[in-house]
Amino acid sequence: MMRYPSLIAVGLLSVVGVGQASAEEHGHNPPRQKWSFAGVFGKFDEAQLQRGFQVYKEVCSNCHSMKLVRFRNLAEEGGPGFSKEQVKALAETYQVKEENDKGEVVDRPGRAADGFPPMYPNEKAAAAAHGGKAPPDFSVLAKARTYERGFPAFVFDALPLTGYSEQGVDYIHALLNGYGDAPEGKEVPDGTYYNKYYPQGQVIAMPPPLSDGAVTYPKNDKGEPVAPETTDQYAKDVAAFMAWAAEPHMMARKALGFQVILFLILLSGLLYYVKKQIWKPLGGEVHGLQPELHKTF
Amino acid sequence: MSAHATSTYVPKSRIAKWFESRLPLVGLVHGSFIAYPVPRNLNYFWTFGAILSAFLGIQIVTGVWLAMHYEPSAGAAFESVEHIMRDVNYGWLLRYAHANGASMFFLAVYVHIFRALYYGSYKAPREVLYLLGVIIYLLMMATAFLGYTLPWGQMSFWGATVITNILAAIPVVGDSIQSLLWGGYSVGNPTINRFFSLHYLLPWMIAGVVVLHVWALHVTGQNNPAGIPIKSSKDAVPFTPYATVKDAFATVAFMIIFAWFVFYQPNYLGHADNYVPANASVTPAHIVPEWYFLPFYAILRAVPDKLGGVILMFGAVIILAFAPWLDTSRVRSTNYRPVYKVFFWVFVVNAILLGWLGAKPPEGGYVIVGRICTVYYFAHFLLVMPLCGLFETPKALPGSILETVTGPGQTGWDGRQGGQPQDPDKGIPDWAMPDAVKRS
Repeated sequence: MMRYPSLIAVGLLSVVGVGQASAEEHGHNPPRQKWSFAGVFGKFDEAQLQRGFQVYKEVCSNCHSMKLVRFRNLAEEGGPGFSKEQVKALAETYQVKEENDKGEVVDRPGRAADGFPPMYPNEKAAAAAHGGKAPPDFSVLAKARTYERGFPAFVFDALPLTGYSEQGVDYIHALLNGYGDAPEGKEVPDGTYYNKYYPQGQVIAMPPPLSDGAVTYPKNDKGEPVAPETTDQYAKDVAAFMAWAAEPHMMARKALGFQVILFLILLSGLLYYVKKQIWKPLGGEVHGLQPELHKTF
Repeated sequence: MSAHATSTYVPKSRIAKWFESRLPLVGLVHGSFIAYPVPRNLNYFWTFGAILSAFLGIQIVTGVWLAMHYEPSAGAAFESVEHIMRDVNYGWLLRYAHANGASMFFLAVYVHIFRALYYGSYKAPREVLYLLGVIIYLLMMATAFLGYTLPWGQMSFWGATVITNILAAIPVVGDSIQSLLWGGYSVGNPTINRFFSLHYLLPWMIAGVVVLHVWALHVTGQNNPAGIPIKSSKDAVPFTPYATVKDAFATVAFMIIFAWFVFYQPNYLGHADNYVPANASVTPAHIVPEWYFLPFYAILRAVPDKLGGVILMFGAVIILAFAPWLDTSRVRSTNYRPVYKVFFWVFVVNAILLGWLGAKPPEGGYVIVGRICTVYYFAHFLLVMPLCGLFETPKALPGSILETVTGPGQTGWDGRQGGQPQDPDKGIPDWAMPDAVKRS
């Protein structure tokens, strides 16, 4: 019976060959980064999220909205760890449109409960200012982007120990570092840029948003920046921030998951023992599998 | 056979007697889940009925709660889902449990269907039981499709567009069905409204058919790995505690897989594009359904003709309903069918391959392999099933279910277990056996 699993493997492998050719057309696979929030015990790095927020605020937010994130989220548990006062002060630096008692639309200073005010009044205005296509909203972008892993990697991605769910974050980091000269023969239309990680023809409308030294990070005790002021570091920090923005309860989720799974393992262990005891008078474990099938399963 | 359904429940208290004589509900439950005789050679494939019941419950409970926060409109649906994820207490848990619960539901139902096909559970006298199962599966597919459209992301929108366009290919009534589902001239606000309504309706229909499914099961009795009927009380054990505790263990063990996905891989089984809000003017690079529909999607795309593709896609599900009459074998369990066993595993590999192809773009080699796999899928039902049963010589069946447990040569229960001496008192106690089995 052992020949069936190998038959499955041979069958699948023979088809994988068919798929190889199309991989090149869909852009390069982003290099995998180490993220503090990856894995079962992953946690966001507060300092990194704060730096990432700074990059978003100073660079990205000039074009990209983040409608679903509210100022107060920045002070909530499992996030960048700003204080409530910091958030209040930050919100007040923004002007938010509101209808007053007379039905007039007026500006008022932002509050912690407000969402990040978008740069443009609506999507059409954003599209008109950016050559016909609005820059995507940042709220869930880290979950809305991915890249194809192919067989057999996608199987291992689902499993404990080899699990991988940061494809979107890796893609964002890679994209921000992916600008460069187009290879010979590659046509790059005016107003677009070559980016080897961009899936649609490696030609992207977004100009390179980051450059070394573009954002000044806070200084530590020795007067040095808390993190390198490089494109790569900016990209990592803002990608981590976007991972949090897309999944603000991730740390609570992973912490609860650990307890739930531990409980389920213990409970199933106990139930298995009870089952053994109950079935014992019948002669113990009873299964109708044929001896030969035992090897297959 | 109908003796299986009779109850041995005897009400003790006066209130219980009063109630039982007016509505024998307790007796029904007792007969179905306590005294019900279970073949004693069942393996863990037989625990998936319990697992599926658990998931129907989980889906209904999480779904009812999600509906309290969800807004079924084209303008608000996407943001209301994100509102659930961000602002509702444990909303992320509800939504991830519901989305991954659907996947686990299908994973379990595929194991359940595999079990039915491998052990010939569809064969007489269980045809109606099996047909009810096929109906549940169809209802599940409809419910899952409707549910996937509700977050109103790009895959929701374009999935709904592709499937409703497919239905338009049906001759004569296709256009009317499409308009009825759309509620307009394209997928839009009326569509999401009615899809939400139907998504809330269908699970209750599933629950209703599940009751019939269980009823039919308890009339015919369970099949078992040997595929031979219960012949004496020695072949069976009472449902409680034996099957109850085994089902409980298997269900909790399965929940570990479920919890893994909910807490650590919540988006693995979904599609990243569904976190992009629906946009009628931007078509995603690849429109791909949820994983559990991929084999059928591959079949749809394997056919160059639209109507032909639709017929084969629905045919691939409907043909399951004909299995009881297409299979000509006198033997139920594939364990005793050496030739069919080989074909069966090829069928399983073929089905998985179709699923993989369904996720690939319909181009080049994928299309060719997809066509070969599609032909084989139908050939399994239309050629292998009828012919194998006619020409194959099955292995000798065991004399009784007990014999499959204790080993050949043991034709009756004599207090000995696999040749080992054992205290007769430790055998299955007579009080534990339902009268139905004692009598037979």
